Amino acid sequence: MSQPSSELMIEARAVEKWYPNGFQALRGASLTVRRGEVVVIMGPSGSGKSTFIRTFNALEDFQKGSITVDGIVLSNDLRNIDAVRREVGMVFQQFNLFPHLSVLDNLTLAPVLVRKRPKAEVEQQAWALLERVGIAEQAGKYPGQLSGGQQQRVAIARALCMEPRILLFDEPTSSLDPEMVREVLEVMQNLAAEDITMVVVTHEVKFARHVAHRVVLMADGEVVEEAEPELFFTNPSHQRTRRFLDQIL
Amino acid sequence: MNPLLRRLRAELFATRADAALSLVLISLISLAAIGCLRWVLTQAQWAVVKVNSTLFAVGRYPVEQQWRLWLLTALLVAASGATWGLIRAHPRPDRTGVLWPRNDRLAVGLLSLIALALPWALDLNLAIAGRWWGLTVLLVFCRWLAGRYGARLSPAGQRLAALVWPVLYLVGMVLISGGLGLVTVSPSEWGGLMLTLLASSFAILLCFPIGVLLALGRRSDLPLLRWGSVLYIEFIRGAPLITLLFLGQNILGFLLPGGLAPERVWRAAWVLTFFAAAYLAEAVRSGLAAVPRGQLEAARSLGLSYPKALQHVVLPQALRVALPAIVGQFISLLQDTTLLSLIGLLELLGTARTVMANPAFLGRNGEVYLTLAVLFWGCCAALGLGSRALERRLDPHAVPSAT
Repeated sequence: MSQPSSELMIEARAVEKWYPNGFQALRGASLTVRRGEVVVIMGPSGSGKSTFIRTFNALEDFQKGSITVDGIVLSNDLRNIDAVRREVGMVFQQFNLFPHLSVLDNLTLAPVLVRKRPKAEVEQQAWALLERVGIAEQAGKYPGQLSGGQQQRVAIARALCMEPRILLFDEPTSSLDPEMVREVLEVMQNLAAEDITMVVVTHEVKFARHVAHRVVLMADGEVVEEAEPELFFTNPSHQRTRRFLDQIL
Repeated sequence: MNPLLRRLRAELFATRADAALSLVLISLISLAAIGCLRWVLTQAQWAVVKVNSTLFAVGRYPVEQQWRLWLLTALLVAASGATWGLIRAHPRPDRTGVLWPRNDRLAVGLLSLIALALPWALDLNLAIAGRWWGLTVLLVFCRWLAGRYGARLSPAGQRLAALVWPVLYLVGMVLISGGLGLVTVSPSEWGGLMLTLLASSFAILLCFPIGVLLALGRRSDLPLLRWGSVLYIEFIRGAPLITLLFLGQNILGFLLPGGLAPERVWRAAWVLTFFAAAYLAEAVRSGLAAVPRGQLEAARSLGLSYPKALQHVVLPQALRVALPAIVGQFISLLQDTTLLSLIGLLELLGTARTVMANPAFLGRNGEVYLTLAVLFWGCCAALGLGSRALERRLDPHAVPSAT
């Protein structure tokens, strides 16, 4: 496993978010992620963990606090948001592949349109990425023709094709059939061994234990506990964490 | 037992009630068909259509300028044939490029048959019949040519080829109305099927972008844009088209920049456009609602700007969902052009009324209206077929074809 450097990739301080209906999803959540680090966020449903990582690439706005991603301060400035999104890839629970494009076109769309790279060059890279996630032979098919596990691996390759410095995973295995979870986790584990920074919201304890550098527990819109995996699972310091672990282990 | 007989028995005469119902229906349908055929073949006097065929086609367009319309038709036919062939030559990776259900050689055969039989049925003189046959040959030839050599076209060439249509539209406008060295033919001399197709294609082409913008405006976060769109759509949908057409004749001259709607024909075409745009916006909105939110989020998280995400991710999916509703809108737009006759324009229905007012053809209303119905049906059937072919081509869940 590669060791994270000391360079800060994500710095979120006391982030608060309200929805227009008055519900407060984040109540002062803070987190710092260093370059090359793999951070797993766990927590009961409704704890705000998805909302939290979605603020990192400005899919959700926030009202108080500050977030800096790869040196860019997230504000309402649209240029900043576009700059951040180019550096941050995201993998969704529902895959969100583009059903009207072939697998290969799903990968090449953004690099060609956003990075203005020549199509032939991007296609070569896309082939290599599909090879790496083990589905090169499906490149000409449409997402609807693939299994859930295959679709999620395509989604990971699609995010990687933009060469992001940070990858966010929002419950990437939660809507998969049990037998497909492993193939996706394996791909993620291989990624973790590289230089890329990963923030993963998941319930996969084994993945958190063996792959994460740090595990974070969120509850009620706050970060309750932050610890190395071994410590987190065997000797957490907070009552709230123990209760959560009792429920899932 | 003969398999055909067995199938007939299973489908029509499976039970006593089925058999009784089938017999009643069969006799009703036969009676109606025999009655129609008898009227068409023995009682109807088709001279009214034969004599006035030019009038029905182009109205009072000056005879010495009609070569321009023939030229335009030839260009359109060539472009259609080439497009058809190109689509065949560039099938999507997982399916064939066939446009017609199953086999489009059938379509070619049918078209040729109509083209051969029509001049004969209408008693056209040999010069004009010859032009029809020439056009048919041109269509089939262009389809064959583009199908044979179209696959060699580079992607840039394909994009250029698609530009032929908008260019052709502008060329057509010049050919019809004159200018650029051609004698001007004032819109008051346009008529018949030509005016119907001109007004409806103008409205179809322009209402599409306006409708998409209105649909996006209605879902916008900006209150002014949203309420503006809602107001426009609801106002237009709340008023009968005929009212708007009369209104347009009176006030459009003040609303649009000078020169855009100087003629009654253009004013009517603009009203049709604005009218159809409101309905189209609702069709597109239903398509937009069918695209999951995650699609926009995925596109945005990859760094696509909002317009790019709309253009490449959201709209292609939304328009595919809305396609049947959109084409339905186009079809009713085509039929709504008959209302132009009420504001004194001589499109198909207007032409028909002038013909029927001619004492020489007194009482020949049945023949005229039947001809009109068949012409409209033909245009709408073509739109419907095209839309279904497009739907199949765009459907990402279609079963990949083996060929």
